[in-house]
Amino acid sequence: MRIVVSLVCIVTLCGCQREERQLRLDPPTAAALDGIALMPNKIGGAPPQIYFALDRPYETNAYNLSQGKRLYTWFGCKGCHGDGQGGIGPSFLDGWWYYGPETVSIFASIRDGRPHGMPAFRDKMTSEQIWQLAGYVQTIGAYSAKTAAPSRNDDKQTRPAENRAPAAILFNEGPTPVHPDQGPQP
Amino acid sequence: MTRRIRTALSSVPLLLLGGCSNWQSALDARGASAISLKHLIVLIVAVCSVIWALVMIAMIHALWRRREAWRAPLDLRAPRERRIGWIVSICVGLTAVIIAGFTVASFFTTRNISVAGQDDLTIRIGGLQWWWSVEYLGPDPARGFVSANEIHIPTGRNVRLLLQGDDVIHSFWVPSLAGKQDLIPGRINEITIRADRPGTYRGQCAEFCGLQHAHMGFLVTADTPEEFAKWAEAQRATAASTTDDEEIAAGRDTFMRKPCAGCHSIRGTQATGTSGPDLTHVGSRAFIAAGLLPTSRGALAAWISDPQTLKPGNNMPLVPLSPDELRAVSAYLASLK
Repeated sequence: MRIVVSLVCIVTLCGCQREERQLRLDPPTAAALDGIALMPNKIGGAPPQIYFALDRPYETNAYNLSQGKRLYTWFGCKGCHGDGQGGIGPSFLDGWWYYGPETVSIFASIRDGRPHGMPAFRDKMTSEQIWQLAGYVQTIGAYSAKTAAPSRNDDKQTRPAENRAPAAILFNEGPTPVHPDQGPQP
Repeated sequence: MTRRIRTALSSVPLLLLGGCSNWQSALDARGASAISLKHLIVLIVAVCSVIWALVMIAMIHALWRRREAWRAPLDLRAPRERRIGWIVSICVGLTAVIIAGFTVASFFTTRNISVAGQDDLTIRIGGLQWWWSVEYLGPDPARGFVSANEIHIPTGRNVRLLLQGDDVIHSFWVPSLAGKQDLIPGRINEITIRADRPGTYRGQCAEFCGLQHAHMGFLVTADTPEEFAKWAEAQRATAASTTDDEEIAAGRDTFMRKPCAGCHSIRGTQATGTSGPDLTHVGSRAFIAAGLLPTSRGALAAWISDPQTLKPGNNMPLVPLSPDELRAVSAYLASLK
């Protein structure tokens, strides 16, 4: 009986362990995070080593995802991409990534801009903010569900929650591709 | 030794009294609604203290009273029972009367403090994590202007504040001038403040709103109407676009090139971001970062160089700047009077 009680206590205490929030990124770490290696065609590539050393914080940490969601509104992403459904700019929800589904490509798209209207945010955001935003955008159109979720919407829900792998749902919808030009990866 | 203890004990009430007069105290009321709230507080505290003292006296008396031995506990003594019955009924009746009195008093106070005239001075207050946006709306939209974390009001005039939370629920509280009023996303709440004498009053967010809730302060400065008009005219002006000072010019250039301009506005320049506080006259405000540090060039430099150490979790990122750039930007911001 005593063992059961102490086990329950230990398990309860484990519940107190909550997600770590890294509020302050050391400047050298932030600078290193900027060093991504892109393929020559600017599609796909590898994040810097430090990204893995930090355990992919911008894809798996709920605080970073929430900050990314905040930045999505702050920097006017909604103006072109809507709530993820797209508009003037491409949709994220359909799981169709013009420049590949890796977070590092999304980071490059935000930082350096892309042809046909995507502006570069290099001088408007710090690289930490760009990573947070990229992680959030990746989550909107991710193929697999995540346990970490950004904060909820205050206004009406217009699409499934970001962390529920909406892209996979849309892919499985039926024989008609959701995206008109959907085909093999570019 | 005893004398020292006595001195220490007698200084305690003095220290407590000192807490009553402050730039952020509901007991140091300087505005009409704060005064009526203070009267309500005093009334309720006084009546409740008297009742508490009477109850304590009755209880101590009951505990100390010598009781005669009582042979037959089931034998009721009628006169005594009747007396007890009377006392209990009177106490219950008094309780009902006192509570009803309190209800009436608080009804009248609430009616007094929610007077909102159609005054021409209307200010929109936005609560954000973790600072306040202050927008002066006038009858003429061209004469409106935006500031942050500091509200100036003319004395002797009702000022209507439109309160709205822009991210989560906050609460606007300037204890010396008025009661609390929540700022709720998606709706506009109103509160009317009025200061009868010039002075500076501190306010504070009074609804837990996240990590830096404690560092979400602001100042309300009440000026004479002439002083206020002068201040408003100065705030309406855009920031100077030319300067002879090389460092300030370099600072402005850096501010526009770096991510600063992505979030902050400085009217009269290319910086038009709206996610952070408006900095057009940041050098004229008494505090930066919502009451965190008194404004000075050094404090500005400290804040810019490491905001996450000074106010962990706030939404200002650490923008990497070289020492020269930092010096220039802080000189530029301090010059924005």
